[in-house]
Amino acid sequence: MILGQVVLNGFLVGAVYALFSSGLTLIWGMMNVVNFAHGDFVMIAMYVAFVVFTALHLGPAVFVPLAAVLLFLLGVLVYFSLVRHVMRGPMLAQILGTFGLALVLRYATLWVFSANFVSLPDNLLGPVVTVAGLRLEPSRVVAGLAALTLTIGLHLLLTRTALGSRLLAVAEDRNAAMLVGIRPDPMQALAWGIGAACTGVAGALIALFFYISPTVGESLALIAFVVVCLGGFGSVPGALVAGLLIGVIESLSAFWIGPANKDVVVFILFLAVLWFRPQGLLGKA
Amino acid sequence: MTEGSAAGAHADKELLAVHALEAGYGKIGVLHGVTLRVAAGEVVALLGPNGAGKTTLLRTLSGLLPRTAGEVRFDGRDMRDAGPREAARAGLVHVVEGHRVFTQISVNDNLLLAGYDLPRGERAARVDEALSFFPEIAAKRLDRGGALSGGQQQMLAVAQGLVRRPRLLMLDEPSAGLSPVLVDRVLDVVTRLRAQGTAVLLVEQLIDKALAVSDRVYALAQGQVVLSASAAETDLHHRLERAYFGA
Repeated sequence: MILGQVVLNGFLVGAVYALFSSGLTLIWGMMNVVNFAHGDFVMIAMYVAFVVFTALHLGPAVFVPLAAVLLFLLGVLVYFSLVRHVMRGPMLAQILGTFGLALVLRYATLWVFSANFVSLPDNLLGPVVTVAGLRLEPSRVVAGLAALTLTIGLHLLLTRTALGSRLLAVAEDRNAAMLVGIRPDPMQALAWGIGAACTGVAGALIALFFYISPTVGESLALIAFVVVCLGGFGSVPGALVAGLLIGVIESLSAFWIGPANKDVVVFILFLAVLWFRPQGLLGKA
Repeated sequence: MTEGSAAGAHADKELLAVHALEAGYGKIGVLHGVTLRVAAGEVVALLGPNGAGKTTLLRTLSGLLPRTAGEVRFDGRDMRDAGPREAARAGLVHVVEGHRVFTQISVNDNLLLAGYDLPRGERAARVDEALSFFPEIAAKRLDRGGALSGGQQQMLAVAQGLVRRPRLLMLDEPSAGLSPVLVDRVLDVVTRLRAQGTAVLLVEQLIDKALAVSDRVYALAQGQVVLSASAAETDLHHRLERAYFGA
């Protein structure tokens, strides 16, 4: 039974990993830009949740949508003020551009909130319920299910709507999209907005049960990169499967060999997959 | 801007007028003062050796590439600073080389995307109209673009252009990579478009096939027009050869 508990917890965290990684894979797939500030976007969203809760005493029904909107705006702003310009430069400019942004966000947060770890109360969404021997923490269950729904929603947005067709068209062939009258700029800004909004929701959700600190983005960014590489660049379903997988593997390895070593197992498996399937699990060769 | 008498045939109305056009990539000039015209409803072949600037000319006309000098008028409108969106909306439609279609979405979605800014009902009608030219791909409406054969993708690329109901359709080497039968199928569409009054600017390497469907021909070499002739002229092959080699 305890194994079931471990897998369940991993699955629920994995769903949140999948959501913020989907944002990274969307931006990556759309314009071949690696957003090194992605983890720090998640961190900002966590602080949005923290501030809304501590200052305004409002719960996730407010801070999750608010974080989504704020991060969407941050994503659009970053696209127009930074990404659009560094995209014209060499690859190194893109890397240093978003890496610099990551540092700015991280140290600005450090300045405002200090390096202290903070967290939201454990039972923000109510007490633990035990169902058939499984401990269900409401914060984890809500976060996991909401993240799962939104990740699937993002996939449907991309594959089933006219807007999604336009986004994919710009991603696949910018010139051909322009020739049918699509302006790539608003589409790419939208991709940044949506990608960042994913981190907004994911960050606010994960804040329900995860410690919050200015440097938490580092480890989350690393997870996002592993998820995107495993799932295949640009693939939201890939990110979903890989995110859940990483969540479960992490949880199982923490259980079997100790929490301090869980990352080692994840990265060894990651290297193994890249060795045998460099295009990712669901990626196209 | 119309040339000829008001009583002149429909085909005498000037549609595209390019004057002393220069364009290139960065500091490298490719077009060095191109001047040409296309009348409404006319099929014009644009021939020339590799590297002559044919594709660059089409890219400049459709607004993908900024021009550095010269004038472009389309249907009387100044198109010097028009981007691809304005060109496409004015009816100046460019089908790029190499049957580029959106591989991840269905044939139907590819076509809907080509007319994404049109009202819903109008768009569906245009998609049906474009597909009526290509029964082969009409049968594969729900297949992904990437699942089509090269020839079918070329047909889809042309059909995407037709959704915009172009006044001038610019086709860049539609025969590239196609079997002779498929080349005929695609070029047959040019003839049908001409019959319904759509002008076509056709870039082709298959000179005889291009001439067979064209009214007039321009030859481009080293970024300049080196020959302008009627497609029906005899001895055209020799004149083309001489024009290419600057003799």
